[in-house]
Amino acid sequence: MSTPTTLPKEFQDQQESIRIMGFWVFLATDVALFGCLFSVYAVFRSRVALGPTPHQIFSLGPVLLETLILLTSSFTISLSLFAARRDRLKPALYCLILTLLLGASFVTLEIREFSHDVMAGHTWHQSAFLSAFFTLVGTHGSHVTFGVVWAIMLSMQLALRGLTVINRRKLYTFALYWHFLDIVWIFLFSIVYLTGIA
Amino acid sequence: MKAWAIHLMKLLFPPRVLLPDIIGIDIGLTIAALALLVYLTKTHRWGWLWREWLTTVDHKRIGIMYLIAALIMLFRGGVDALMIRTQLIGPHEHFMGIQQYDEVFTTHGTVMIFFMAMPLVIALFNVAVPLMIGARDVAFPRLNAISFWLFAVGAILLNVSFSIGGSPDAGWTSYAPYSELAFDPGVGENYFLLSLQVAGIGTIATAVNFLVTVLRLRAPGMSLSKMPVFAWSALITSSLILFAFPPLTVAMGLTMLDRLFHASFFTVSHQGMPMMYVNLFWIFGHPEVYILIMPAFGIFSEVVPTFSRKALFGYDAMVVSLLAISFLSYGVWVHHFFEMGAGPTVNVFFGLSTMLIAIPTGVKMFNWIFTMWGGRIRLTVPMLWQLSFIPTFVVGGATGVMLAVVPGDYQYHNTYFLIAHFHNVIVGGTVFGLLSGMYYWWSKMFGWQLNQRQGTWAFAFFFAGFWLTFMPQYFLGFMGMVRRMGTYPAGLGWTAFNFWSTIGSYLMAIGFLIMVYNIVWSRMHPNWDTTGDPWDGRTLEWSLPSPAPIYNFARIPVVHERDAWWEMKLQDRTDEVKISVDSVEPIHLPKNSPMPIILGLAFLVGSIGMVFSWFWLAILGALGIVADLAYGSFADQTEITLDPHYIIETESALGRLQS
Repeated sequence: MSTPTTLPKEFQDQQESIRIMGFWVFLATDVALFGCLFSVYAVFRSRVALGPTPHQIFSLGPVLLETLILLTSSFTISLSLFAARRDRLKPALYCLILTLLLGASFVTLEIREFSHDVMAGHTWHQSAFLSAFFTLVGTHGSHVTFGVVWAIMLSMQLALRGLTVINRRKLYTFALYWHFLDIVWIFLFSIVYLTGIA
Repeated sequence: MKAWAIHLMKLLFPPRVLLPDIIGIDIGLTIAALALLVYLTKTHRWGWLWREWLTTVDHKRIGIMYLIAALIMLFRGGVDALMIRTQLIGPHEHFMGIQQYDEVFTTHGTVMIFFMAMPLVIALFNVAVPLMIGARDVAFPRLNAISFWLFAVGAILLNVSFSIGGSPDAGWTSYAPYSELAFDPGVGENYFLLSLQVAGIGTIATAVNFLVTVLRLRAPGMSLSKMPVFAWSALITSSLILFAFPPLTVAMGLTMLDRLFHASFFTVSHQGMPMMYVNLFWIFGHPEVYILIMPAFGIFSEVVPTFSRKALFGYDAMVVSLLAISFLSYGVWVHHFFEMGAGPTVNVFFGLSTMLIAIPTGVKMFNWIFTMWGGRIRLTVPMLWQLSFIPTFVVGGATGVMLAVVPGDYQYHNTYFLIAHFHNVIVGGTVFGLLSGMYYWWSKMFGWQLNQRQGTWAFAFFFAGFWLTFMPQYFLGFMGMVRRMGTYPAGLGWTAFNFWSTIGSYLMAIGFLIMVYNIVWSRMHPNWDTTGDPWDGRTLEWSLPSPAPIYNFARIPVVHERDAWWEMKLQDRTDEVKISVDSVEPIHLPKNSPMPIILGLAFLVGSIGMVFSWFWLAILGALGIVADLAYGSFADQTEITLDPHYIIETESALGRLQS
């Protein structure tokens, strides 16, 4: 066990480091949640009934854009954490706000994609495949939406209270959450979209 | 009356909730609720209730609230059981209509598993685990209160369904397609789905909490291998919950999307797949039964050494077998539906993995027996439950292995043989274990002990009734009686077995009533536990007064051995838990918060909106949830500091100052 001074700043306070551990444990349950939804999707992918096949409704363009946006936001949240560890409040705050804007544009694009499908008559009532698709991708999207709301509150707290011990931990757990969503998206992108388009 | 009002009345009070017995219960509950309101107002208890209980984040109080809720739910689920058995006492019996029978067995199963057994487990975790590992509270006290209120909301939702809107009626497993809208209209199933999801979030939060508590908050010197086995069981149960409850959430969530928003997961018509639900449900469901039994194993591993005056035999084997069972429990779920048609290879795999679980369980049985071997056994009430658990659980386990034999299971799948088996392990294992733990830790919760003589009578009736109820059901299963039958014809040879089974259930009910009498009587004639250590205990919770002061340990003990308190007593080091006046440090404790109960209310409002498809109300609830989370996040003063003078005063009143 290293001495407290060599630990990253978020872990130096005993209580806050316990909270970070709790958040890791929560992420484990979220992995299980997405694992179930991925399994459902894998089984239902070919059960298209009278509705469209994955190949017919997926298009690479918007999804690639969403991917780039989300990956960039993972980079900006890391920058925010990096700045916070150097006690630079303003860059940390701005990078956090940039992250939440990128998250919001990701969600907007996804809603556009979904409503496009629904307008074309491809509701999830049509087939087991569409039910599984909308639920899996939608669960990720609602996680991102929750993350955006969280980031708004966190940036308010950072602006009001600065880099306190508690806010450092909050920024760290938010970054963990955000990276986690990014990883889930990588799986979504490859398992749902790339194999669907191919 | 206006058309919308008539529509609303029909939605809230469909014919199935207008049965005379339900209306009678409604009136009774309303009167009781009014009486309670009047009592609280007259005695000016509202402030007290709010400050001391509703906003508390103290694990000891949260444990007591869980316990009370669980006992009320035991009563509710027990009444359902008596109704089921009364219906089946003889052939062609029509005590209830078939629709009501379906509702009653559904409620019985759901209440007993999710709202009796689970909260009783969590109650004892809350009461004992922080004290036995030398902690001042759990890792996340406010989250602990959130867990409780989400559980309470789930319980409320399920329990109001029978008088407003209609009960769920698709069984506690709620298999698709029975539970789909086309086959089960009305709001009953919605209640089931929402209540399990909300309570499930609370349970996951509890698991996060206790996993981190046990891993991070142990007293100095208490390595994992010196930790009491009950704390081990809390750790392992939590890790099971973490991965078992998400599949339940998914199964419930997808069914909800099917019912409320016309998705096509489990309907065959759009190439959905009902067996997908069954798989998801049992990926949760099988670990769930181990979630229920592990704590009982943990309790027995505390009770047996205490009342045998011997250290636990084979501590390492106990821990390893707990880990082995938790690992294996994820690889057995298909044994609930060998008939799915997965083919012999798959079925053999799951049959064998199921049988394997008997090995670590058997190891535990022998370890408890060897702990008692040569010990000085005291036949207290906790010990009586333990002793009766061993033969009961062995029978239940052996019939479980019979069910794991694939060709055999094709014969007795979903018959009363199965019913007898799982009651044999869940009642004979979990309930016996939890009651043992309740009697064991009662004085630690309340400061007074339960009368032993009455407790023995309660045990005797419950135990005799248990065997009389469930042994005949094995035979009924062999004779072809399937589960969930609402009535049966004469002349099949089932009558006598059913009759005796029903008599047995009445004996269990008498046992429960004696237990209630036992609690009430012992409250009226308190036998105060002045030493804090009435059983001559071995673990750290017995080094504290009963009940423990709000900060638990004025001085966190340093642990050198397993059974730390026993070692201190043997080596005459009991002064180590006392403080001296000049060495007292201020103690930081989490502050009470209204945020958890408000979160529960928001969840309640939102869930009711979902149940009745009033989506404006659901959105209102969701906004309430977000607003309350924001309020909780912005609250900055979350701790209080206890002054050393206060601690010295409290400890000296308890006679715990070093001379």
